[in-house]
Amino acid sequence: MTILSLDLGFIIEKLIMIAIVVFASLGIALYTTFGERKVAAILQDRPGPSRAGPFGLLQPLADGLKLIMKEEIIPNAASKWLFILGPGLAMTASLMTCAVIPWGSAVDVFGRHVELQIADVNIGILYVFAVVSMGVYGIMIGGWASNNKFSLMSALRAASQAISYELAMGLALIALLMTTGSLSLKTIVEQQVQGNYWNVVYQPLGFLIFFITAMAECNRTPFDLPEAENELNFGYHQEYSSMKLGFYLFAEYINMIMSSAIMASMYFGGYDLPFFNEASVAPNIAALIGVGTLLIKIVLFIFLFMWIRWTIPRFRYDQLMGLGWKTMIPLALFNMLLTGAVILAKL
Amino acid sequence: MQALTNKAQAVNRKPMTFLERLYLINIIKGMMITFSHMFKKQPTIRYPEQKREFSPVFRGLHVLNRDEEGRERCTACGLCAVACPAEAITMEAAERTDGEETLYREEKYAAKYEINMLRCIFCGLCEDACPKDAIYLSETFAPANFTRKGFIYGKSDLLIPNPLTEAGAFAEAKGVEA
Repeated sequence: MTILSLDLGFIIEKLIMIAIVVFASLGIALYTTFGERKVAAILQDRPGPSRAGPFGLLQPLADGLKLIMKEEIIPNAASKWLFILGPGLAMTASLMTCAVIPWGSAVDVFGRHVELQIADVNIGILYVFAVVSMGVYGIMIGGWASNNKFSLMSALRAASQAISYELAMGLALIALLMTTGSLSLKTIVEQQVQGNYWNVVYQPLGFLIFFITAMAECNRTPFDLPEAENELNFGYHQEYSSMKLGFYLFAEYINMIMSSAIMASMYFGGYDLPFFNEASVAPNIAALIGVGTLLIKIVLFIFLFMWIRWTIPRFRYDQLMGLGWKTMIPLALFNMLLTGAVILAKL
Repeated sequence: MQALTNKAQAVNRKPMTFLERLYLINIIKGMMITFSHMFKKQPTIRYPEQKREFSPVFRGLHVLNRDEEGRERCTACGLCAVACPAEAITMEAAERTDGEETLYREEKYAAKYEINMLRCIFCGLCEDACPKDAIYLSETFAPANFTRKGFIYGKSDLLIPNPLTEAGAFAEAKGVEA
């Protein structure tokens, strides 16, 4: 019985790590909403939220409090359990992604060697894909259970968009996996730490495709068709109020953080700080520097997401599908072919 | 059809080149534009702390003036009420009695003087009509109120403080006034 041989320290260690990662991502998501409003404001020559606390730093707390205090409304015609399940599923799926992200190398605390990763699954990337695809169920169930035609249409859009762009995303990733030869995120990051260049140098086209499809997966502008305000009112969260709405909005930001973390890990060296020799400092400090580096990379990616959102208008639905099927997938296939050819030529 | 202005431009229907069809370059150009706005000066005026200055010809709330000895200048002649295009001014005249020489400048004065700030259009014709320099438009505007009645300003709201007895308040009111 292997389960009985698990030692208690290991379970506690993992539980602590799960708690830290989940609460940290919730906290970061909270402040990402603030960051989004601030970035939008600054790009549009206005000050943004600045009243609550110094520099408006308490604004997200006020927003959260407002969402909690609002009345919970469940429409009469809605299918009650699915209506409640929807936002929960969206939130769970987006939080589950963080399990396989390597946040840093390893630290030694209380005589234990702690890997800064919740689970080093050897099929980490497949796990991420599986969980991300689950996320669309949250939107679909929520949209369908609302019993509102706009929500339903938005849910349909979200589902078809996710399916179309996941294909290209997977194909772009296959090219990356051909060069790394591993599905484990930890191994991929370690290869980049030890190797000379980050994967983006080998896979620039793959990264571009992955970035665009990640934006579509997160339902971010220019791909925010599911919540296109001017055609679908508010999209799939039309009928939601209070913290159930908050969960949907939060899940979007957590998705953004997680896809930033995955992009940083797979293409930009993860916790690797360039031009810095990790062996020159104590391993614990090196690990902390690594965590900081990854967080900075995530913040930069989130800024890029926001910057794009406040620059580019939304696609039309046929343009979205055209881009996904007629540009992204052929491009990803071409990238795969190219990578394969280069690998063969090197052999 | 003849063009009214020479601003019209023919629509460019040339098919897009390959680089244009990629969109990426143009998206990056657009992102550079938004990025440059990060360093632009914000035109925002943070209202309660900062206030935008009124123009020198701004016409705001009315003030009933006093002379140097602190006596009300208004003689309730009614010319302002006649001049008022919005019919916002009403008044009742009264005769000065003995012992009131320090209060009113002339033998007749306004016992009641009311301006309805919801009717007033702040045109300043009352100011022009007044033969006694008794009414002026200041540089403040009527603050919000909960009732319509609250917008009917009586003498207590309009009169400038007495320069002899309330010198401080008078100076303050003068400062606000143009």
